[in-house]
Amino acid sequence: MTIGKMLFASVAIACIAGPVSALADTAEKKIALSNNYAGNSWRQAMLTSWDKITKEAVEKGVVAAADPFTTAENQATEQAAQIQNLILQGYDAIVVNAASPTALNGAIKEACDAGITVVSFDGIVTEPCAWRIAVDFKAMGESQIEYLAKKMPNGGNLLEIRGLAGVSVDDEIHAGIQAGVEKNPQFKIVGSVNGDWAQDVAQRAVAGILPSLPEVAAVVTQGGDGYGAAQAFAAANRPTPTIVMGNREDELVWWKSQKDKDGYETMSVSIAPGVSTLAFWVAQQILDGKEVKKDLVVPFLRIDQDNLEANLANTQKGGVANVEYSLEDAQKVIEAAK
Amino acid sequence: MKLSSGTIRLIIPALSLAVLLAAVFYMQPRAMSYTGLNLLFNLAVPIALATVAQMLIMAVNDLDLSMGTFVSFCACVTATFLQASPAIGILIFLGAIAAYAAMGVIIHLRELPSIVVTLGMSFIWGGLAVLMLPSPGGEAPGWARWVMTSRPPFVPMAIVASVVIAVVTHFLIMRSSFGVLIRGVGGNFRSVERAGWSVIRIRAGAYALAGLFAVLSGIALVGLTTSADANIALRYTLLSIAGVILGGGEFVGGKVSPIGAVIGALTLTLAGSFLSFMRISPDWQIGAQGAILIVVLALRLFLNRLEKREKNR
Repeated sequence: MTIGKMLFASVAIACIAGPVSALADTAEKKIALSNNYAGNSWRQAMLTSWDKITKEAVEKGVVAAADPFTTAENQATEQAAQIQNLILQGYDAIVVNAASPTALNGAIKEACDAGITVVSFDGIVTEPCAWRIAVDFKAMGESQIEYLAKKMPNGGNLLEIRGLAGVSVDDEIHAGIQAGVEKNPQFKIVGSVNGDWAQDVAQRAVAGILPSLPEVAAVVTQGGDGYGAAQAFAAANRPTPTIVMGNREDELVWWKSQKDKDGYETMSVSIAPGVSTLAFWVAQQILDGKEVKKDLVVPFLRIDQDNLEANLANTQKGGVANVEYSLEDAQKVIEAAK
Repeated sequence: MKLSSGTIRLIIPALSLAVLLAAVFYMQPRAMSYTGLNLLFNLAVPIALATVAQMLIMAVNDLDLSMGTFVSFCACVTATFLQASPAIGILIFLGAIAAYAAMGVIIHLRELPSIVVTLGMSFIWGGLAVLMLPSPGGEAPGWARWVMTSRPPFVPMAIVASVVIAVVTHFLIMRSSFGVLIRGVGGNFRSVERAGWSVIRIRAGAYALAGLFAVLSGIALVGLTTSADANIALRYTLLSIAGVILGGGEFVGGKVSPIGAVIGALTLTLAGSFLSFMRISPDWQIGAQGAILIVVLALRLFLNRLEKREKNR
């Protein structure tokens, strides 16, 4: 069958089916997830969330299918080929966590030209025809300083643990922290190390810089590094400063034990892996004919002193605190962008 | 009927491509169209060019481990200099090709293992690419985009390009006297030397030609992706080597087949699509890709044995 005939057939079906369901219906639509990497706890949680939410949606008949695809090597050319395969497989929408913000643009354009809705999240793409669900990482960095400013109005010395050098997320969180410190000059960053978002790396890096530092009032982090920092402070027999956590299970467990022991106070902030489900609902809404702005912002997930226990109970061992989004959440995010 | 060994060499890759293609068409009839074929194969075009480049290096018994980073470097040049000021871009490319020729000369003069030299060079190309494009970006030159998204009548661009690459390199390597010399150096460079040829010049020529094809690969890649990043083509190192071997080439002895190399590149690309259409979980995909490679290579080994037995009789 030629493409032309298929188009004709689908138009004919749409014309027949149209009057019956006056509200545009997505029950026949198929959505695919194109994911570039699955090798850490965050990505695993992201895929699990996707499975959970989309399975329900498929059972209820909201969409016909929602299949996840992951590339093996985390390479842009491989993911571009994967997206082109998804076009051939006849999906109506593709939700993308991209290996590169720009190198997939050619394949994304092909998808748009074939009439497919493309929604990118977390690793977003710059191709104008795609939708973007981005995290405001800068605000995430700034919120840490704002919290500290409230907690210790007199300020103090800060140690900054950064992520993986050369990755845009690291730059953005760092920029947010810098902006926060400029607004609150009572704080001073006395040291900065790269923790690579991993507890062991962070622990080594902090242990290395600690002897050269004056008293540290607080540690600002990027997630996945708070527990390692706490260990380094304990090993050096230094008083434990306020360490901002990043929603990892080991960090929350440590925080809970300290809180029970002597009322230790801090906060925890990171992006929830369940953002994949938000992207799913946004794609569903677009297929449903809703008007959606191309750039959406997803709120980050913040844990405070009073809701620590509740969040910890919901977090899997070795996992990341997570929220899964519902259709209503997606509609709220879409409304907020208007 | 007696088949020449060259033909036998080509049968296996062509057959495996045909079988894979039939399987893909069976699973996904939508692929059996102009647009479908183009989507299946357009990303194979830069891989085919990189494979031809690798084949030239392998024809003189060397191995290029910097192919992936060099193509990435070329992609970055294409998306930045070649787009903004074409003259400088072309100059950089000429310089890069000269560097490839120089690499050939050094490897020959100092009798260095090519693996070490090219591995070292891969860090240089990678570093230069990061310097040029510290964060992903750039823009494809209009003409590169136009060529890669053109829609010739009846046959999709990806197929036309593959055939053109195969035919041009076939004449270059299998029919021209320069091609015979390159393969001769791989087969027995002493006899080529004794016949009065300058082996150093031939090697430099082979490397320069490989550099040229790698440059074309980078341009084609950016034409497809519209922009570049410094890691865009890292997979090409192994893909290009696998493509040459899959297409009937050998690591030593100057035994290469340009048509086979292009078919090998297409087969590798198709194998990925095949596995994703089969819905194999990504955890198994690398293994499955490897299994396809092993099956094809085992078949070839078997045919090589048969060929030898025939000769001994």
